[in-house]
Amino acid sequence: MKANMVTAINNALELSMKENDRIVLLGEDIGKDGGVFRVTEGLQAKFGESRVMDTPLAESGILGASIGMALAGMHPVPEVQFAGFMFLGFSQLINHASRYRSRTRSIYPVPMVVRTPVSGGVRTLEHHSDSPEAYYSHIGGLIVVEPSTPYDAKGLMIKALRMNDPVVFLEPTKLYRLFKEDIPDDMYEVPIGKAKLLSEGSDLSIITYGTMAPLVKDVVAKKKVSADVLDLRTINPLDEEAILASARKTGRVIIVHEASMSFGVGAEIAARIAENAIFELKAPVMRVASPSFPYPMPGYEKYYIPNELKVSQAIDHIMAVQD
Amino acid sequence: MAISLMADAFEGKIEYLQIMDEKGNADQSLMPKDLSDSRILDMYKYMVLARAADAKTLSLQRQGRAATYAPLVGEEATQIGSALAMRQKDIFVPNFRQHGVYLARGTPPEALFLYWRGYEEGSSLPREFGALPIIVPVSTQMPHGAGMAMAQKYLKTGAAVVVYVGDGGTSEGDFYEALNFAGVWKAPLVTIIENNQWAISVPRRDQTAAKTLAQKAMAAGVPGMQVDGNDVLAVYKATKDAIESSAYGPQVIECVTYRMSMHTTADDPTKYRSDAEVEAWKKKDPILRVRLYLEKKGLWDDAKQKALEEEQSKFIDDAVDKAEKFVPDPKSMFSNVYSYMPQVLQHELDDALKAGFWQGDSK
Repeated sequence: MKANMVTAINNALELSMKENDRIVLLGEDIGKDGGVFRVTEGLQAKFGESRVMDTPLAESGILGASIGMALAGMHPVPEVQFAGFMFLGFSQLINHASRYRSRTRSIYPVPMVVRTPVSGGVRTLEHHSDSPEAYYSHIGGLIVVEPSTPYDAKGLMIKALRMNDPVVFLEPTKLYRLFKEDIPDDMYEVPIGKAKLLSEGSDLSIITYGTMAPLVKDVVAKKKVSADVLDLRTINPLDEEAILASARKTGRVIIVHEASMSFGVGAEIAARIAENAIFELKAPVMRVASPSFPYPMPGYEKYYIPNELKVSQAIDHIMAVQD
Repeated sequence: MAISLMADAFEGKIEYLQIMDEKGNADQSLMPKDLSDSRILDMYKYMVLARAADAKTLSLQRQGRAATYAPLVGEEATQIGSALAMRQKDIFVPNFRQHGVYLARGTPPEALFLYWRGYEEGSSLPREFGALPIIVPVSTQMPHGAGMAMAQKYLKTGAAVVVYVGDGGTSEGDFYEALNFAGVWKAPLVTIIENNQWAISVPRRDQTAAKTLAQKAMAAGVPGMQVDGNDVLAVYKATKDAIESSAYGPQVIECVTYRMSMHTTADDPTKYRSDAEVEAWKKKDPILRVRLYLEKKGLWDDAKQKALEEEQSKFIDDAVDKAEKFVPDPKSMFSNVYSYMPQVLQHELDDALKAGFWQGDSK
């Protein structure tokens, strides 16, 4: 089937719900309305109101009740309408979803997939464009994934719903309908914790994910540089093996993400490369990210998010370093 | 149909239930039909056990053999009355002071001692016990209760979920969100508000302007009532009725009781409350009145009391022994984070093992 990311996730949810009747969806406006981005469109009509639930407007309630359902043996898929609103339920994810398995020595795992749209570039209101992946990754115990293609979105969702873990499933708003691609009609899995090479090269490595992945791919194609473009797909647990393999191969690494620079995912990757492969590098690791302050109003976002020029200049800069 | 511009009028009233007074006189007309004297004797024994285990944990803590501990003394009727009203299939969701509920639900006391000694293994009761682990962040267990109750409905188990929260906990957003969700879902959730009058140093009157805590349920369209939380019979009856009614939707019971001791072992209540207040509540002791009742009926005397205390003391000491023999395995911290061992964690574990961090520490 030809699918954009919205239809790919919708399809993954439908197939998974057919496979496992303990999977239920819940969230604000996800039933009759099909979600503000239409990701759950048609699913309530297919599965009924007991499996696709419109909830009261309360993020902590949605996430906390989902944890309760998971503890009771169900596999809930809560949707939080925008990542910026998920902080109202942050306590439930950090205090409970991340540590219930460990707290009970695996007697009570928390199988659930928390879906939320992330990142900007689509001129939305304040709090609708946050990139919170580092927060959820830092605690440990939460699996954090962020697909950049319809194919990966479907396969990661199917895999996440077959796992016995809490998964934070971040869906880049900008990529929801950016492009379509051919994906299999049937169920298939994309592994969790495995990055994917979007292109292979020998001169440098660009490590990225989410909204920045298609942008980096375009810049690399336009500049005709020979680059590994590594799409993480899973932020936590990090695919350290793939990162180090590429870093060692090319000796030049740029990390590109939309989330702000300081204390971000880029810092984690750079540190791991420094610890394990610094003597194999030809140039210092570079980071391209948004500046270190909260996401601005939409009028300013084009000055905030890394663009093609910023990525292109970083490539020129790192290639100019003589080893 | 007439068109009305008026909103539906709402009128609320909170009922208060007491069956047995401070002198041990029970109002027979209110006595639950299913409650035999032998069952009341069970209640008494569990209350005495809860207080004895509590005193033991406190003494262990003072000797450095347990970490910070939250005593329950004074709240035995609220905990034992509600626990014994639950059916086998029902699930209970505590916060951090419901040791009495655990014991009355058949939890091996060594699990509790293990928890208060600071080991997750004390929180790993098999699912058959129908009990979630101790939860520390106030009221965050409330939405879990709502979700679990919804799951019972979805999975058609016929079980109810009984969740506990304190007076301070009713000020948290999660308290209201959970009741609101359970109300919309008509989920089988029974909320026991264990109103012990103090949230550490903040008294009940400074916690909310609401006259009762039970009335907070009404904002979510959920029935609420108040009981004498030091009257085990009233708590039992209210909980039993609420569990039955919860098949049609959630219920809230505010148990008015008193924290006779400190919030936790890290707290000194003499800084913020008077001895006179504590003494006044001692007269309403939840255990004493049941003993008076049983004595009047010729079912209890000093010899029986002595025998019970000896038996329970041995039971508790055996459990402490078991808990103190526990050998922690630091590897278990790593192997219980995810359903599998990610490479990043495996490396951290390997490094720790290689460096010998834990040598001599875990025998």
